[in-house]
Amino acid sequence: MSTAGADSDDMPLFAASRKVYPQSVSGPFRRAKWAILFLCLGIYYLLPFLRWDRGPHLPNQAVLADIANGRFYFFFIEIWPQEVYYFTGLLIIASFALFLMNALAGRVWCGYLCPQTVWTDLFLAVERFFEGDRRERMRLDEAPWSFGKLWRKVAKHAVWLVIAWWTGGAWVLYFADAPTLVRELATFTAPLSAYVWIAILTFTTYTLAGIMREQVCKFMCPWPRIQAALTDDEALNVTYRYDRGEPRVSVKQGLKLKAQGAPAGDCIDCYQCVAVCPVGIDIRDGAQLDCIQCGLCIDACDTVMAKVDRPKQLIAYDTEINVKRRMAGLKAIYRPFRARTAIYAALIVVVGGAMLWQLATRRTADISVLHERAPLFVTLSDGSIRNAYTVRLLNKRPEIRPFALTVDGLPGIRIEAVGVVQTADVRPVVAVDPDSSREVRVLVTVPAGVPLEASQAITITASDLFAGETVHAADHFMAPGAKL
Amino acid sequence: MDQRHDAPHIDPHTGIATTGHEWDGIRELNTPLPRWWLGIFYASILWSIGYWVVYPAWPLLTDTTRGVIGYASRADISADMAQLKAQRAVQAAGMADATPAQIKADPTLFQIAMAQGKAAFGDNCAACHGVGGAGAKGYPNLNDDDWLWGGSLDAIQQTITHGIRVAGNDETRVSQMPAFGRDGMLKRDEINAVANHVRELAGLSTEPKANLALGRKLFADNCAACHGEAGKGNAEMGAPNLTDAISLYGMDMASLTETITNSRNGVMPAWGGRLDATTIKALTVYVHSLGGGQ
Ligand code: SF4
Ligand code: SF4
Repeated sequence: MSTAGADSDDMPLFAASRKVYPQSVSGPFRRAKWAILFLCLGIYYLLPFLRWDRGPHLPNQAVLADIANGRFYFFFIEIWPQEVYYFTGLLIIASFALFLMNALAGRVWCGYLCPQTVWTDLFLAVERFFEGDRRERMRLDEAPWSFGKLWRKVAKHAVWLVIAWWTGGAWVLYFADAPTLVRELATFTAPLSAYVWIAILTFTTYTLAGIMREQVCKFMCPWPRIQAALTDDEALNVTYRYDRGEPRVSVKQGLKLKAQGAPAGDCIDCYQCVAVCPVGIDIRDGAQLDCIQCGLCIDACDTVMAKVDRPKQLIAYDTEINVKRRMAGLKAIYRPFRARTAIYAALIVVVGGAMLWQLATRRTADISVLHERAPLFVTLSDGSIRNAYTVRLLNKRPEIRPFALTVDGLPGIRIEAVGVVQTADVRPVVAVDPDSSREVRVLVTVPAGVPLEASQAITITASDLFAGETVHAADHFMAPGAKL
Repeated sequence: MDQRHDAPHIDPHTGIATTGHEWDGIRELNTPLPRWWLGIFYASILWSIGYWVVYPAWPLLTDTTRGVIGYASRADISADMAQLKAQRAVQAAGMADATPAQIKADPTLFQIAMAQGKAAFGDNCAACHGVGGAGAKGYPNLNDDDWLWGGSLDAIQQTITHGIRVAGNDETRVSQMPAFGRDGMLKRDEINAVANHVRELAGLSTEPKANLALGRKLFADNCAACHGEAGKGNAEMGAPNLTDAISLYGMDMASLTETITNSRNGVMPAWGGRLDATTIKALTVYVHSLGGGQ
């Protein structure tokens, strides 16, 4: 490790980071990473433009977080602020999915799916396009400034900034009608917050994916630390099979040694696995915190093994247990079905199932009742007792709906609502606008002569006069003797 | 190398120096920080110094340092309040020309009036009438359907604007119940008879030795002019209905005796001069909507 800035008597104060020049590589893992990159970024950049017809009163964007109106739309699902527990559920599922991946094959998230990895990969591809592969880049960085160096560097940073800007631009499209916002952005009439957010995300994307790269994973991200604490011996990890690789010798030397009957490993010490590594480490040093397990060293090593005509998979997804077993002459064992994988999978199914059930059975109307506390009850001139409530009715459908209010629980009990029409059978009818809620003051009266406790249970019901959906709220009716 | 310290202990496995601390054989690696991390650390320090200069930061004995741009969160609040007022003025424009009845009939104005009325009630009326108009002894409960001076929108607006028994206000609600005992108009046993008769009118129990016939006659002579023959009251004169289940000062013998002896004559301020017309309308609608409006 090259260190600099030695401050005083004993220790350097910091370690200057060493620039990593990952070499290009091809193979199945590289192809999988490209596929995932195109899929994820394609979804991210294009999803806001997908339309979804929700009728005349609601936005027709398939995925939209409408902050101003407090709604979140996801295809056929519409979420109100009081339903944020769906997001909690999603986060729980995401956590368990992460744990499950980790129990099966280590840092799958880091290697293939994490935005940090995906964008860094894209930025590296741009760098390679302008500055060439590993060796050329290293040479270019060492070379004195020239026109060729200048335009390559400028072009690279310019493309990076465009991608970064586009990343921020796509982000804000999730918070407003995308086509409208694009038009506003192009004509500089969009709200200031849109530009601010684009600027922030341009900055973070450019910095994290272009400049910080592996430093993010090594020093900033909490997941490697958590992951290391969560993993077990049987999770597959990108592993250098030192049982087969050691001792490392060149091809020629190897032939000589073998002829003499001395041990010679399959690793020819070509450093290809190190050259392709995006975090600049040597997987042959064993499992380490810095390895994001992208699998690229597997591709690199397999290419080399094919050239020297040796079996592939010198570096492979494997476990330390198996390396040891092979050295002891035992068969490798793989146990993807273990207690922890089963528990994680079961938890995902349980939480996901509960959420689906909740989603499928949730109502499009809701009622909440708040008992008036000052006064708790009122005696009327004819001796009847009255309680007041604040009732809030929710209409989650895209059309206006009239709800008739009724009350049960005591003989002769009546309900009125202030400022609201009544039906012929004396039920107050509260019309609630599409996709909104309405609060009304409700008066509930029990005639004189009905024996009353200080507090008794009643139920207030709202029924949709057209669709027939009914919702109930339990509350209490207070009478003399009631205390706050 | 300076010999003040011993040479750092080097961890044999990683080759990195340790901090020299040891707990049961466990040592802490002294891994050097990345340079960018240190850079951010120093930049944060510089930033905080800049912040002290630009923004109010350091507490002094009686004040704080003001900062060179003169920022104050109080100014933010003033701006917010001004904006809020301007916004309210737009909403209230419709209220200025409408009568309380029109406000009540218009769902949008009604909502504004209720919100505004609730706030104004809390600020001005709740001290006597209680939060939510719950009332107390001598301070009418505004949620019930019993009104001394009438519970229509117009009557409520009139009461709020001009108050009750406000000296010097020509339109104020005024009436005066005599202090029958204090002024020597009725004797002690006569007061007792009237009190018993009032309880009789209200359908409550009377004392066994009560002279109900005398009470009835005295009531007809002295009280019926305002409270009516049957004690049903008269909102024109603020004379309460004595027969219903609601009473402002209590219907037990002690309270009734006190009322007849010394009279009551509660007062309420006139809000016409203190609150603007729109606020009074909002209060009118709010009070009317508490549940007892007629
Ligand atoms: S270490 Fe963190 S930032 Fe890096 S790939 Fe893994 S999760 Fe992403
Ligand atoms: S050691 Fe291999 S798997 Fe780990 S980050 Fe480097 S290339 Fe990827």
